[in-house]
Amino acid sequence: MNTHTKMDAHHVMDAPDHRNRLDDMAQGILGTTMDRPDGPLKVTGTATYAHEDHPAGMLHGVLVRATVPRGTLDGTHDAAVLALPGVRRVLHGDRFLRNPAQGTANEAPVQGSREIFYVGQPVALVVAETFEQARHGAQRLVLQMTPGDAVTDPTADDIAVERDPDEQSSMGDLDKAMKDAAFSVDQTYTTPGHTSAAMEPHAAVAWWDGDKLTIRASAQMLKYNKNEIADSLGIDVRDVHMLAPYVGGGFGGKLGISPEAVAAALAARDLGAPVSVAMTRRQVSEATMRRSETVQQIRLAADADGVLTGIGHVARVSQLEDEDYAEPVTQATPFLYRGKNREIGLELVRVNATCAGSVRAPGEAVGLTALEIAMDELAVAAGIDPVELRRRNIPEVDPSDDKPFSSHTLEAALDDGAKAFGWDGRKTKTTDGDWLVGSGMSSAVRVNMIGESHARVTLNPDGTLLIETDMTDVGTGTYAILTQIAGEMLGVTPDRITTVLGDSDLPESAGSGGSWGASSAGSSVFLACERIRQEIAKTLDCDEGDLTLKDGIATAANRQVPLAQVLGDAPLTSTGVIEPGKTSEAVRQATFGAFFAEVGVHRVTGEVRVRRMHGSFAAGRILNAKTARSQCLGGMTFGIGMALTEAMIFDPRDGRLVNGDFGEYHIPVNADVPQLTVNFVHERDPWANPMQAKGIGELGICGAGACVLNAIHDACGVRVRDLPATLDRILDGLPEV
Amino acid sequence: MKSFDYIRATDTGHASAEAAEGAVIIAGGTNLLDLMKLEVMTPDALVDITRLDLKQIAATDDGGLRIGTLVTNADLAAHMTVRTDYPMLSQALLAGASGQLRNKATTGGNLLQRTRCYYFYDTATPCNKRAPGTGCAAMEGATRLHAILGGSDQCIATHPSDMAVAMRALDAVVEIEASTGETRHVPLSDFYLLPGDTPQIETVLRRGDLITAVILPAPAQGVQSYTKVRDRASYAFAMVSVAGRIAMDGDRIGQASIAFGGIAPQPWRDADAEAALVGQPATRETFARAADILLADAKPAKDNAFKVPLTRRTLIATLTDLCGKAAS
Repeated sequence: MNTHTKMDAHHVMDAPDHRNRLDDMAQGILGTTMDRPDGPLKVTGTATYAHEDHPAGMLHGVLVRATVPRGTLDGTHDAAVLALPGVRRVLHGDRFLRNPAQGTANEAPVQGSREIFYVGQPVALVVAETFEQARHGAQRLVLQMTPGDAVTDPTADDIAVERDPDEQSSMGDLDKAMKDAAFSVDQTYTTPGHTSAAMEPHAAVAWWDGDKLTIRASAQMLKYNKNEIADSLGIDVRDVHMLAPYVGGGFGGKLGISPEAVAAALAARDLGAPVSVAMTRRQVSEATMRRSETVQQIRLAADADGVLTGIGHVARVSQLEDEDYAEPVTQATPFLYRGKNREIGLELVRVNATCAGSVRAPGEAVGLTALEIAMDELAVAAGIDPVELRRRNIPEVDPSDDKPFSSHTLEAALDDGAKAFGWDGRKTKTTDGDWLVGSGMSSAVRVNMIGESHARVTLNPDGTLLIETDMTDVGTGTYAILTQIAGEMLGVTPDRITTVLGDSDLPESAGSGGSWGASSAGSSVFLACERIRQEIAKTLDCDEGDLTLKDGIATAANRQVPLAQVLGDAPLTSTGVIEPGKTSEAVRQATFGAFFAEVGVHRVTGEVRVRRMHGSFAAGRILNAKTARSQCLGGMTFGIGMALTEAMIFDPRDGRLVNGDFGEYHIPVNADVPQLTVNFVHERDPWANPMQAKGIGELGICGAGACVLNAIHDACGVRVRDLPATLDRILDGLPEV
Repeated sequence: MKSFDYIRATDTGHASAEAAEGAVIIAGGTNLLDLMKLEVMTPDALVDITRLDLKQIAATDDGGLRIGTLVTNADLAAHMTVRTDYPMLSQALLAGASGQLRNKATTGGNLLQRTRCYYFYDTATPCNKRAPGTGCAAMEGATRLHAILGGSDQCIATHPSDMAVAMRALDAVVEIEASTGETRHVPLSDFYLLPGDTPQIETVLRRGDLITAVILPAPAQGVQSYTKVRDRASYAFAMVSVAGRIAMDGDRIGQASIAFGGIAPQPWRDADAEAALVGQPATRETFARAADILLADAKPAKDNAFKVPLTRRTLIATLTDLCGKAAS
């Protein structure tokens, strides 16, 4: 083969793929604990995150926040700030983003700095020669605001409630089921707002070359983000070049573009120089996405055997006006457990507070946590072991529409987790010094999906491999898994593979988010490699299925040929495209798992410490055992945070976020996190994608908090229904000292 | 951040003289720099004392310990004499901040930490401590962190230090050099001021004063401990903390020294509560009575009523533990 060959491989996921082709491969790197290729750069501080590569002549911009929750910005006293040393410009205007774009929005969010909708809304940008000068100017900019009427308490009695008909469903007669139930639970649970809490704050560096904008950003989904930038600026998307080679965590907060990116681009154009805008932690907390607080009424009706006859789950969440997103609290409730009589609903109220959006497993993270506390309450009421209660309630098909499951692994995860944790011999209602010790468990579930994704794979004549896609690695391990997939398929060792990500000029991927990145981008790489294998097979005159590629050697029948010889002097390039298809609708796809925790509750102070925690998860084919495990450890850690410490505190008077820093917004620190263990349950899901892999990024947080809260109840008898379980919510239920 | 002049002090006199001119003294900077970035504090000049020879921990003639103002929290916590003779101080230090911060933070700076009141940090809100006369946003706002004792209707912020609470229980004395060159000694009990109508004035320090050392008296009898109750296991300020020392006299309590953090604008001690312990049998009734006295005037805000039972429980448990150990 001496000609440059470009071959596309386009696959629509319309039918299950039972071939499990990756199991036939010989290289032996997929699924291993291979180190991240990008790891050394990251631990030596040389990976260039958004704000770590400064073009010559770069100026610094700092955003200015509105300080009233509603009203108009009538003017800004720019002159005084422009007179400060180093200050070059004060910008505001119609193109400023009021709030971030929602995930996959693909268009500009609400824009304009004249109308104020929440405390913290960016309304101006001060640009100066140094960051400190800009920050000082931003601090000193006097805003003339006319306050308007704000709604800042989502729990107010007289607040207007919106009910999207698509989010309400009802089956049978839940009221009757509750009345007839042998055992029932009817409780209200609340969760507070959560901030995404990525380690890298949102930041962007923008510069223009004529009409062409280049922007280095901290972004999860470039395919959508470039359109959001273009629409926000009113320019052609072909003039937007985004770079996000390294992203220091996203957690949903970087799905869509946020105000700093557009502000940087506007300022760079205005000043004719590169401009960076990096958010402070408070700005990230105030002006990017929050997860809405939730109020969830849950009703469970069960027969004498603990089999559910009814489930009610009605949640209320909040959002800024003119935004459609509503935290999908009840997303997994329709299909997780049995029960013919159902009422599921989602209510939305409008508040003048930070925009609500996707944060760390939107939906299940908080919805399942509440549902799994309720299940524990039912287990206690019915006197049935909580693991057994869940086993008895695993449905045969999706109870909401009778669709089959693509694969159902909850029982396997429950069994594996119970065994690994030692559930039967667990510590329950016991003491250890001043600690009251108990154990709890919960189920994990997360919907599974893929998005259209493209990747280009080039096998060079020297046997090296190049993988290119605009996919991002948000700390999740994308560089590693794409390297492994291609290396496995084409028999190339990782040291001969280069994976290039995070450049919007590369083939468009689904991006990172919703746990779909690995499945989507991975499948596109798989398809491209499969196409290259076919081409190699053709050259060797064998079937692709009979071709073995390992360590740069092609083996077919009794022939062994170095890949370099097969290729000749032209590279083989293929672009793989995966597209979701009929399998998304034909079956119910989800990942499952089970959490187990042992906690101590201090008998004097009510402080809670998790003593050990285990998760067993099934997420299809595991692509990298180390990075997959790390995803689960992170999810479980955030589960501990959700259960015990994390809460955005809004001042009810003006909706102001009062704890916008990590000193007072308490994510778990090392001392809060004990030894965590993770098991993966074997699964190949043919309906998911040609790799039989499923999403893993979010599963580890979905329901994780509930095992901790259920363990608190087991330890001390206090049922915490208002999260987080800070000591004041436990104290009253403890015995006298 | 507002630009500022930077002056490196050549000796304590130089530092005091610059401070007298209005410069703010900086050592570890673990709190001051944050406040300057946020423009909660906007000094025109900083005088850096970190090169001064104030890093010694030395025995005093009367058997106590003189701790140079620049001794880091990490070094002080690890000091053998502190660990053996003043264990509550070592425990308090290790309960504070994080390893990285303790490596930078100094003894004098720790005493002068500013409050962690949410509103003090948000310059868009009224705060009598940050901007005298503007009002107090906390009073009707989010008050989980706030004081139940010692507050005023102008300010209910708490003092965040752990170290200072232990030092209060240990009857520490602050050594201060004025810009006149004169050195004076102020007991920690007199060092902090209650907010009253002037919450912006937090200590008796005058312009130009430099803390040069903290002096601990000779080790006192008995058993001591520092207990910190907080919202997460590390890197969180105290909801309540108790620095306690108990010496038994036969089967009765001989000496009691108890200081509290997290519940007041300054490290809190209640002489009446301590007096209610001395000479009494070490029983739950005795401990409960001391708690009643301590908390009789407690005025919780909207979100921190829990601090009353929490303080009570923590005090009783601490006294139970200390008396038990002191008796054995």
